[in-house]
Amino acid sequence: MNLHEYQSKKLFADYGIAVPNGRAARSVEESVSLAKEIGGSRWVVKAQVYAGGRGKGGGVKLCEDVDQIKHASDALLGSHLVTPQTDDKGLPVNVLLIEQASDIQRELYLGALVDRNSECLVFMASTEGGMNIEEVAATQPEKILKVTVNPAAGLQAYQCRQLAFGLQLQGQQIRTFTSMMMSLYRLILDKDVSLIEINPLIVTGTDELLALDAKINLDDNALYRQNDLADLHDESQEDAKELQASKHDLNYITLDGSIGCMVNGAGLAMATMDLIKLHGGEPANFLDVGGGVTADRVAEAFKIILSDKNVKAILVNIFGGIVRCDLIAEGIIAAVSEVGASVPVVVRLQGTNVEQGRTLLENSEFDIVSAADLADAAKKVVAASQ
Amino acid sequence: MSILVDKNTKVICQGFTGKQGTFHSEQSIVYGTNMVGGVTPGKGGQRHLDLPVFNTVHDAVRETAADATMIYVPAPFAMDAILEAADAGIKVIACITEGIPVADMIKVKAALKQYDARLIGPNCPGLITPDACKIGIMPGSIHEPGKIGIVSRSGTLTYEAVHQTTAAGLGQSTCVGIGGDPIHGMDFIDCLELFEVDDQTAGMVMVGEIGGTDEEAAAEFIQSNVSKPVVAYIAGVTAPPGKRMGHAGAIISGGKGTAEEKFSALEKAGVATAHSPADIGARMHDLLND
Repeated sequence: MNLHEYQSKKLFADYGIAVPNGRAARSVEESVSLAKEIGGSRWVVKAQVYAGGRGKGGGVKLCEDVDQIKHASDALLGSHLVTPQTDDKGLPVNVLLIEQASDIQRELYLGALVDRNSECLVFMASTEGGMNIEEVAATQPEKILKVTVNPAAGLQAYQCRQLAFGLQLQGQQIRTFTSMMMSLYRLILDKDVSLIEINPLIVTGTDELLALDAKINLDDNALYRQNDLADLHDESQEDAKELQASKHDLNYITLDGSIGCMVNGAGLAMATMDLIKLHGGEPANFLDVGGGVTADRVAEAFKIILSDKNVKAILVNIFGGIVRCDLIAEGIIAAVSEVGASVPVVVRLQGTNVEQGRTLLENSEFDIVSAADLADAAKKVVAASQ
Repeated sequence: MSILVDKNTKVICQGFTGKQGTFHSEQSIVYGTNMVGGVTPGKGGQRHLDLPVFNTVHDAVRETAADATMIYVPAPFAMDAILEAADAGIKVIACITEGIPVADMIKVKAALKQYDARLIGPNCPGLITPDACKIGIMPGSIHEPGKIGIVSRSGTLTYEAVHQTTAAGLGQSTCVGIGGDPIHGMDFIDCLELFEVDDQTAGMVMVGEIGGTDEEAAAEFIQSNVSKPVVAYIAGVTAPPGKRMGHAGAIISGGKGTAEEKFSALEKAGVATAHSPADIGARMHDLLND
């Protein structure tokens, strides 16, 4: 789960990590009054969406007076922001962060994430702040400094100093940086953070270190013990169909193609998409119905797939496993009759009682085609979609 | 022989009397697995499925000499269950539970270094040696004793590989589902290493997916350490970057972990690849008959 920048900065402030003076606004009037409250002579108005690259998308505006704040807030609120990291529809802007503009002397990068190779938390820092860090990692890997945190010992001060010296910080800045990293580490442990990024971390004209941006991803698996943070989830930032699916415990992701897929298991679902592509079709979605393939879940899955108007045919690929295929077939028929599938449905079943399952499907009154194996299913559904 | 488990393996279940534990223990018993009991704290002394229930894994090991466990406890208690099993001296720990916080798994992996135990999973179907020992949620009926070792990050895709090797008349020595989480127990290399020295195994199927670099590491390992034929398939060629495809581990980030990169690393290392998931069995069959 993502947090918005203003939510992440609130957490930073709670942990003693310095952030610019700022507040979240939901209307033009609020923007103006907050800017006056914050004070100063220059402000930044920042659109709050679940995507990076906001500056490039026009979601960050520097304002010199109240009129400009009014204008920027009015333009952003209620709009959809398109950035290099969103699709071409963009994401809705419902909240703005109004901040005092900072005096930027240096722009650095500081981040931490769970590294699957070392199976530890890794902190990364770079002098190339403010840039796309993936690009820096790809083109100038020597500019990314890393330290790995031993889970038993925890983050040590020497590791913070290593990064601080690597960033060419000086004097008091080194102590400030160390304490900032220690606070970040506590925050990561306390809140089950899987990724945290400060890009840029700035050095100001008065030698302060400020988190000018803040990005936090939380571990979805740990949300059960982070109720306060789970409540911050902003559903407006999610794809409507994906959200609907998650409410039914279905794992769904929208894609661009014309063949809807319903599969049990994430790996098999990806493999099914690949197979469709291999046979000249394009998948319309990823959908994992999970282990318990019941009529209800299949019906919900059909509804979600069919709500995508690009879908011209549906491929159901279920490896029955312990659940019997005849029961799955009954579930599919019940779902089709409830939802009224308007496009051809190709079904590939495998597992216990597969013959009975196929007979049930073929004898049903609906436009359901039974496939013998994986490749046959892909061929049939691609043909049906054309 | 097989790897990790066989008909002599004494298996217990943690979360034994729960719904999942009960259902899958029954399935394992019917399959012929040597189940010797189970653990549910507070229910020690009772009997369940005609087997003894123990309060602790230590009790279970003392009374039954169990050497393998399958874990079905809910995610918030899984770290505790894995470490209890390791501390009690269990050698093969299959954790089926999905949704374990990654911070817990970091601690588990660090702590397991002091034990002589192998963790399979979490978030996995488990492992099976056909007609001998089934530890997990896979359907026993699709397996056939034979000569192919299978290692996979995915559940139902493992079944697909099993089904195809059975249909090709090859059968399986042992199948290990290593799970879809970013931080997990045994990896591809651990399993390939065991299959390489296992007499019963003539060839190996490796089923990977997008995310991480485990497949690339396996490719390097195969090139210098594996003499038996290996067929590899990677799921997720069509997966868009930045999206989590069901498994927490299946996410392409910063241009790393794509299926193309993995296929190309494997092919460079001389590993036979199947670009269609439907060709895994046939490819293996051809390799063994060349």
